[in-house]
Amino acid sequence: MSTLISARMRGPWTLFKKELLRFWRVSFQTVAAPVMTALLYLLIFSHVLDKHVQVYDGVGYTAFLIPGLIMMSVLQNAFANSSSSLIQSKVMGSIIFVMLTPLSYLEFFLAFLAASIIRGLVVGLCIYLVAIIFIDLPIAHPGYILAFAFLGSALLGAFGIIAGIWADKFDQMAAFQNFIIMPLSFLSGVFYSIHSLPPVWQAVSHFNPFFYMIDGFRYGFFGQGDISPAVSLMVVGVSFLLLSWLALRMLKSGYKLRG
Amino acid sequence: MTMTPAIKIEQVTKDFGALKALKGIDLSIEQGEFFALLGPNGAGKSTLINLLAGLLRPSSGKLSVMGYDVVSQYAQARQLLGVVPQELVFDPFFNVREMLRFQAGYFGRGPENDAWVDEVIESLGLTDKAHVNMRRLSGGMKRRALIAQALAHKPPVIVLDEPTAGVDVELRQTMWAFIQRLNREGHTIILTTHYLEEAEVLCSRVAMMKSGQIVALDTTANLLKHIPGKQLRVTMAPGSALPAGIAALVRHRDGDVYTFALNDVAQVADVMAELRQAQLTFTDMQLLEADLEDVFVDMVGRA
Repeated sequence: MSTLISARMRGPWTLFKKELLRFWRVSFQTVAAPVMTALLYLLIFSHVLDKHVQVYDGVGYTAFLIPGLIMMSVLQNAFANSSSSLIQSKVMGSIIFVMLTPLSYLEFFLAFLAASIIRGLVVGLCIYLVAIIFIDLPIAHPGYILAFAFLGSALLGAFGIIAGIWADKFDQMAAFQNFIIMPLSFLSGVFYSIHSLPPVWQAVSHFNPFFYMIDGFRYGFFGQGDISPAVSLMVVGVSFLLLSWLALRMLKSGYKLRG
Repeated sequence: MTMTPAIKIEQVTKDFGALKALKGIDLSIEQGEFFALLGPNGAGKSTLINLLAGLLRPSSGKLSVMGYDVVSQYAQARQLLGVVPQELVFDPFFNVREMLRFQAGYFGRGPENDAWVDEVIESLGLTDKAHVNMRRLSGGMKRRALIAQALAHKPPVIVLDEPTAGVDVELRQTMWAFIQRLNREGHTIILTTHYLEEAEVLCSRVAMMKSGQIVALDTTANLLKHIPGKQLRVTMAPGSALPAGIAALVRHRDGDVYTFALNDVAQVADVMAELRQAQLTFTDMQLLEADLEDVFVDMVGRA
């Protein structure tokens, strides 16, 4: 494969490959563990609520839950990939090996982003493949499924790059995970439709970009959602562009990487 | 036609807030030189190297590697530079060979470079460890791997920032043999070290830094001439007070060990005569040539 890559592209390609191998070497932690966690959520919530809750007509609660859990895992893992790689290499000092190279800030960004997207998609695909063994899951609009999975993981991959550059210690990164990513994903409609919320909380949910990613992704399976998938796609796309712009600005200026 | 300098540094300053780490450095290092950058801790050596490597940005002034500006032409400049960082850092996910191939890959080198990577591995005595994960290596082996990483893309200019700090004699010999070979093949080597005897043996030219400035810049031979004559080191019996006639010749004193700076060997007899006259006894005596350490102490102490 590497012989097919031009010398110009070999730098970013190598960084991308290294980032892929980095998470693949610890795939129990980076792939198997999040798949297991998602399946436990599925087991418990479907057992408790399947006979009591029906969100969409003709869609059982367990089926409703699966796309949300898949997307939540995609987003969390895409974020974890870029953010943990950057904070680890910053704390351990090995980031210097990349900083000494001729790689441009754009190439750096794209390599980390692409590896995050791959990890998000791999985790999501694994959850999907295990879930459909037990539950019949329709696919109404595969294009939306792919678009939201891809854009969502890219958005969180870019956010992970920002967090990884900004954080100086693991403690700060844990704060990002626990006080931003977790609340936003749990309060995004993974486990419920926002129409079941009081009007105030419905309004608040519209400020949560995770809501659009989950809802749009779920629309791809059932053809039903809380909001138009085109609007969701636009919100996610614009959010991705904004975060990418911010990440690229940070990288170009050398913020916290080059003094 | 004049050859482009390997490194050119023009009026470079670097401030960290109120701290002026570099105060207008001018330095040119020619291609093929084996150059030493010496100075006490905090002199600004690592700051200067980090500026060359693009890890820091200068507050003012210009730095170039083989004619390429390290800021505006960073890709070309970094392509030509290999830096061995001072800190013993490593990536714990990969083995030695993988890390070296990745490092070469970042610089656009592909499978055609693998033979060179294998040569670096062998030359630095890492063959047995090529498939060992970086985190399982001993400190000395990690240092070798760090040097190998800087050489993985075969850069024409190599900067070694304290490469032998905490390293055993065997590695030093292996490493210097390989670095000297690279220098003979035309690579420019820039070295910072606390082991001044290494700089004296290896380097043809030396810059001494103190408090962000270059206080001496000359060939090693000229710097050694700076301290003329010989040195006489005498270990006196405890509690001896030197007679005024020879006290002025003392360059250093370490307890009862006195080092006299002599203009010529004939002065040894004068010192001995003064000691005999004062009825002082000594337990040891050595006649020494001035070395780079003496020059360093003299220059840095005076600046």
